[in-house]
Amino acid sequence: MADEVILLDFWPSPFGMRVKIALAEKGIEYEGREEDLSNKSPLLLKMNPVHKQIPVLIHKGKPISESLIIVQYIDEVWNHKSPLLPSDPYERANARFWADYIDKKIYSTGRLVWGTTGEVQDRAKNELRECFKLLEGELGDKTYFGGKNLGLVDVALIPFYSWFYTLETTGNFSITEEFPRLVDWAKRCMQRESVAKSVPSQYKIYDFLLELKKKLELQQQ
Amino acid sequence: MAKSELKLIGRWSSPYVMRVKIALNLKSLEYENHEENMDPKSDLLLQSNPVYGKIPVLLHDGKPICESLIIVEYIDEAWLSAPSILPSEAYDRAVARFWASYIDDKWFPSMKNIIIAEGDEARKPYLEQMDEVVSRMEDAFGKLSKGKPFFGGDRIGFLDIAFGCFLGWLSVIENVYGRRVLVEAKAPALVKWAERFAVDPAVKGLIPETDKLAELSKSLQIKWRNALANK
Repeated sequence: MADEVILLDFWPSPFGMRVKIALAEKGIEYEGREEDLSNKSPLLLKMNPVHKQIPVLIHKGKPISESLIIVQYIDEVWNHKSPLLPSDPYERANARFWADYIDKKIYSTGRLVWGTTGEVQDRAKNELRECFKLLEGELGDKTYFGGKNLGLVDVALIPFYSWFYTLETTGNFSITEEFPRLVDWAKRCMQRESVAKSVPSQYKIYDFLLELKKKLELQQQ
Repeated sequence: MAKSELKLIGRWSSPYVMRVKIALNLKSLEYENHEENMDPKSDLLLQSNPVYGKIPVLLHDGKPICESLIIVEYIDEAWLSAPSILPSEAYDRAVARFWASYIDDKWFPSMKNIIIAEGDEARKPYLEQMDEVVSRMEDAFGKLSKGKPFFGGDRIGFLDIAFGCFLGWLSVIENVYGRRVLVEAKAPALVKWAERFAVDPAVKGLIPETDKLAELSKSLQIKWRNALANK
């Protein structure tokens, strides 16, 4: 029943995208509610009082917060199809490790690339390059990080593909040229319906991020 | 059945390493302890954790697992014998993971900042942050323990381990650098929980002495302050 599952979301959020992909992979019907982050709903504040952030999944009235925690919850509850985590404990630990790495590095480093200039931006660019290099290494020859099928690491990382145009344009470098295997992987993911309908176009995200950057700059003055 | 070879790369003073030791103790697992001096880092550590070069690392039959909470989940999944460390219900697991993540986000960084800070005024905001964590965890304990002695129920579990591992360092903050944070007046349930946690058989002997940690904190203070100055 659709009213059993509600997702509090914000369309440009890479973290919200992770949850949408997981829900789609599992074929779960849900009610998606778009939040205005400058005017957070009472429901959001009630369901995530600690962080007051999206995404929040509400299942049978009970909230789950933090995107990777939500994705694992979805995987564990709707375990009838499309497993996002492998069954072997060592492989599970490895998947969690790389999903956690992505959480620690990609958002903050990427934000510095599109949000700053000069020396700070250069350092961030190089750090991001290191991240992509490591991730390409982890991907290896596999179709997905999850092997033959989409897994936790794929779900954790693919939303940031929507940032690539912004990163390339503001950072003045080509991710496609420097990391062709990573970009090939991203394109493969985007061919899946679950991903295509959850991850917006890079141009739409570019417009959004530039607006956000302007707002942040104004706030600092 | 061949006995699994377990080696833990760690340090006596690290709360993150303690998490793994508690989990191993809960499952009654024997392991070889490899004490790291961290300066310089051993080849074994750098090879086993090339991404971060940090402890703890658990080597199971030579294969490395990194990041303390990931290691704890691994131990729970690889050794299915009782007791279970993670809760059995998916929703309870999500809640436990949420609070463990909150602690990692807010608790130790505050302690570190208190040690780095120069003077009471500079320490104040971080102590207030710790007050907030205590308040939220007291609240969470009420909801999650459901009248039982631990976050995990009758026995210590994932969240007890994630939070309790910091009791040694908390004592250093309270006695040396700041003021009392985990107090009866503000967090009566947590104060009792901490006492129970410290004497749990899986934890006994693992919480370092406050004096030893305080001594170590002096050199860490210099190291951390220098690192900030050189940024």
